[in-house]
Amino acid sequence: MDQSVQSESKFAVEAGRSATSAEQPSKVIELEAVSVRFGQGRSGTTALGETTLDVRKGEFISFVGPSGCGKSTILRLVSGLVRPTNGVVVVGGREVGVKALRIGMAFQNASMMPWLTVERNVMLPLKIVPPFRADYRRKRKGEFRDRVRALLAQVGLSDFADHFPWQLSGGMLQRANLCRALVHDPQLLLLDEPFGALDQFTREELWGTLQALWLDKRPTVLLVTHDLREAAYLGSRICVMSARPGRIISDTPVPFAYPRTLETTYEPEFIALGKRMRELIVPVQTSGGSA
Amino acid sequence: MARITRVLSATAVILGFFGAWELLCRLLHVSDLVLPLPSQILVTLIERFPDLWPHLIQTIASTLAGFTFGVLAGVVIGVMVGSSRLAYDTLYPLLIGFSSVPKVAIIPIFVIWFGAGTIPAILTALSLSIFPVVVNVATGISTSEPELEDVLRALGASRRDILWNVALPRTLPYLFASLKVAITVAFIGSITSETIASNYGIGTVMMVASANFDVALLFAGLALISITGIALYGLFSFAEARFTGWATRKSAVA
Repeated sequence: MDQSVQSESKFAVEAGRSATSAEQPSKVIELEAVSVRFGQGRSGTTALGETTLDVRKGEFISFVGPSGCGKSTILRLVSGLVRPTNGVVVVGGREVGVKALRIGMAFQNASMMPWLTVERNVMLPLKIVPPFRADYRRKRKGEFRDRVRALLAQVGLSDFADHFPWQLSGGMLQRANLCRALVHDPQLLLLDEPFGALDQFTREELWGTLQALWLDKRPTVLLVTHDLREAAYLGSRICVMSARPGRIISDTPVPFAYPRTLETTYEPEFIALGKRMRELIVPVQTSGGSA
Repeated sequence: MARITRVLSATAVILGFFGAWELLCRLLHVSDLVLPLPSQILVTLIERFPDLWPHLIQTIASTLAGFTFGVLAGVVIGVMVGSSRLAYDTLYPLLIGFSSVPKVAIIPIFVIWFGAGTIPAILTALSLSIFPVVVNVATGISTSEPELEDVLRALGASRRDILWNVALPRTLPYLFASLKVAITVAFIGSITSETIASNYGIGTVMMVASANFDVALLFAGLALISITGIALYGLFSFAEARFTGWATRKSAVA
């Protein structure tokens, strides 16, 4: 079992290497022997074991694994919210900290500013991120407003642009959250269990919404999820992580063509893939302590 | 409809209070020198209003001047105390110590420094209105949700961006709650200062009326102070509802 996992991940990594050596700039993220520890000495915990990962431009990578395995830590590393204890994180060809790429991020909690309308919330990145911020004052009532409205229309929130966040349902808030993460045309989109708090029907609906947005603009996406169907429905690659201290134990391409539909998830190959992923995680989860 | 009954019943209770006062004073033959009748106070207030008016304006001006500077200083100190450990450890104890001193004890110092009159009144109003603002703003800033800040931090926002776009707007409800307290204590402060060292302002009028045993005028002054206090409080309650409706989930657009 273990061996097959290793050979599988090695194969995927090698495939990644050979593809990128041909066209160097397409490599968007490189993690080289990165690990993260919080706290000092014995009381400290290792949030992320030694991890090496390459992500190419336009990929949609799903991270799955038991809770507390450091999936979110990878996103926080890439976004610069967390510094690596060891190793190097390179994003957009530069060591992280220097903003070489425009990054969009959405968390499980929609985190809308309660004092702003949905429209103003979605517009927030345009106020912060260059080059948009220079034009914010001039364009917020014109071009930027149209841009936000168009995005909201794409996710079916046109009628709620002037509402305040507390007037929206959880699913609507996550739609707005996706819009906010995408409004500044990020080259890299980081999603930390964005649909984790939603019911199944809303979640499946939003998979379609997210997929459409992704196919439209084609940013590179890292998605953390604990839903295997979600990981396989959306991802072009699935990384399975072990229990704490987390490492990537499998890195598998997802062979289905986009755009995928809910029908795809009922195909035998899809179900088989889900089953394989599940078998990778479950023994890991039960033997987590000894690993 | 429910609103009208609410207003009517509230008015009835308040009028009933003054009616009972009037009735008891008349029945028990209370002397004018001890407790004047509400009707007498009202008559005095109207008759003497032309004399009282400039004094009231003076007091309100001192109050608002002190309040304005107090709030500005309070916001700046509050932001520092709420966002910096060092400021919390140094400024906060100093401020608490300063606020524990009764202002009556400080007014003579202001008078020695700046002479009797308007400036000690402004300074007293200022020093009283700082504290509630600092406490509330510091609380608002320091309890800012990290999730909201992370949204901006992930976008590469600077500390200043986060302050302006997350911490300060989030603190507005705390600030406005403190403004209602601050304006009330600032008003008390300037009146107190005027009773001690000034020859102008409603506080001075009260002192003179007291020296002359003009009890009706004293009570008229009190009534005027109360009404003004209510008006100032109402003004800032209105501003609070207008600007921080999102916090109370009022659908009125902020």
